[in-house]
Amino acid sequence: MKTRYSYGGDEHIFVEMDEEMSLDAFFKSLAMSNAARDADIEGVREICPANASFQVRYDPEVIAPEDMMAKLKELEEKAINAEKRLETRIIEVPVFYQDPWTHDCVMRFRERHQDPTGTDLDYAARINGYDSVEAFIEAHHSAPWFVSMVGFVSGLPFLYQLVEREKQIEVPKYLKPRTDTPKQTVGYGGCFSCIYSVRGAGGYQMFGITPMTIFDADEEVSYLKDFMVFFRPGDIVKFKPIDRDEYDRIVKEVEEGTYEPRSASVIFDLEDFNGDIEATNAKLMEALNDV
Amino acid sequence: MTFEVVKPGLLTTIQDLGRPGYFHLGIPEGGAMDRAAMRIANMLVGNPEDAAGLEAVFMGPELKFNDDALVAIGGAEMPVLVDGQERDCWSSFTVKAGQTLKFGYLKTGARIYIAIAGGIDTPPALGSRSTYPIGALGGFEGRALAAGDTVPVGQATSAAKERALDRTLLAELPKPVELRVLPGLYWHRLTEGSQKQFFDDEWKVAPEADRMGYRFRGGNPMEFVEREQPFGAGSDPSNIVDGCYSYGSIQIPGGSEPIVLHRDAVSGGGYFTIGAIISADMDLIGQLQPNTPVRFKQVDMQAALSARKERTARLDKIRSALS
Repeated sequence: MKTRYSYGGDEHIFVEMDEEMSLDAFFKSLAMSNAARDADIEGVREICPANASFQVRYDPEVIAPEDMMAKLKELEEKAINAEKRLETRIIEVPVFYQDPWTHDCVMRFRERHQDPTGTDLDYAARINGYDSVEAFIEAHHSAPWFVSMVGFVSGLPFLYQLVEREKQIEVPKYLKPRTDTPKQTVGYGGCFSCIYSVRGAGGYQMFGITPMTIFDADEEVSYLKDFMVFFRPGDIVKFKPIDRDEYDRIVKEVEEGTYEPRSASVIFDLEDFNGDIEATNAKLMEALNDV
Repeated sequence: MTFEVVKPGLLTTIQDLGRPGYFHLGIPEGGAMDRAAMRIANMLVGNPEDAAGLEAVFMGPELKFNDDALVAIGGAEMPVLVDGQERDCWSSFTVKAGQTLKFGYLKTGARIYIAIAGGIDTPPALGSRSTYPIGALGGFEGRALAAGDTVPVGQATSAAKERALDRTLLAELPKPVELRVLPGLYWHRLTEGSQKQFFDDEWKVAPEADRMGYRFRGGNPMEFVEREQPFGAGSDPSNIVDGCYSYGSIQIPGGSEPIVLHRDAVSGGGYFTIGAIISADMDLIGQLQPNTPVRFKQVDMQAALSARKERTARLDKIRSALS
């Protein structure tokens, strides 16, 4: 891992833990952004953690850019020794793969895609060496995911799959971003899954859709009454494949205010995970299945 | 008091100076694209500078006032008409109950700001009245204004009186337009030739330019320093492991069309960025019409900070002239 510091104009400092994605880079970024928050540096306006990087927005009238840079560099040492253990929750997220709405969108933006003749799923399955779309979909939902960033648009989670590097799925982003994506589309770009929290532009490949609302500005959805955004970095997600009937049923339950996402409290320890991935995932799933 | 939207124009939204603090959740700061114009329009009607007003792009709305109101228009140049009678931009004037405020064709700039004494009084969302339509947040029911909307206005302060701004105090739109850039972020991904070319080329504002980002066209495609793509980034050389985006940062998906992220920017993503427009030039971007020729100019941090100081000093002057 090699940390890189850069100015983003005169109001931001961007810190990249590593060029490539890993849970180690994520935990270091989280530790550094937490340390930056705890340091309570005068002039800091906002700290945005991301997958393997983070950004600080500051007021250069309050603190000179080079001083802010120096302060952040000081925090790096502290972050290296931080505990890589999170008290978090595992949540089951239902997904209707190959649904009609994202399929329609896939077809509308074909000219912006690497493979205009197929679908995003055909393409993703093929370039990742799967024999069939079905086998690919199974790989997508059989192991849990880790929310490594929240952002892009309102409350959109980026998810990193908890499997060995060689089992990670990787796909490119669209050649040119789309101007439209259905709300709650499950997308894929680089090594990340995402759930588009709202309708809008997007560059990720589209695999399916969830009936579960994850952003509600009005805070009316039963499980979003406390805050409009559902996901937090560190959340663990297990996708559950569903069909059209179950999709429709859950949409109705969300509208009626009776839907509660299945979730359980868990501890995620990076060293345990790196030591034995299967056992760690089995424990996570056990907690969810006990609910 | 209230006013009614007779015609909404192209895209008229309620904006103030934004909602900082939620970018880490993907909710942008938002607020007026041209902050200085919004502030000055508020000063002209005696409002606090962060009061909510209207931002209209390319085409003004038509508004019917239900009560007497003190109004000021700032930003782009557009004929201002009260029941057909012309009024001046950059000055405050009274609109009587029953009268209609409307606008002629755009002359220069892209966005006008309408301040009304008392400020627009819709419910704030996360501390701001700014409209963020993608998140259905703030503004009028989380959306742009539509015909038939009745918009509430707060109580005017005792500072509400007619006054005019000495226009020589305003910053002039530079010709040709130059946007100053502090290189950084993923600047090192471009070849030296491409780095130079980016500043040598003449770019044009693309028609897709909006509150999320201003897209530019017409320059040469970028060439990337060769590398094996890092794990998790995606295979295109313009792909990175998704990270945060700075306001004003310039992303170039596929290496072809630069997009400057603006007030309603996405907070992060997987395309590389080459640096950022300096904060002092962000207001100016909001006044650029499609097809405007633009050059990017490389500056250093020192220049960026001096430009900020100049901008602050100019606003201070205007503030004291109008107080």
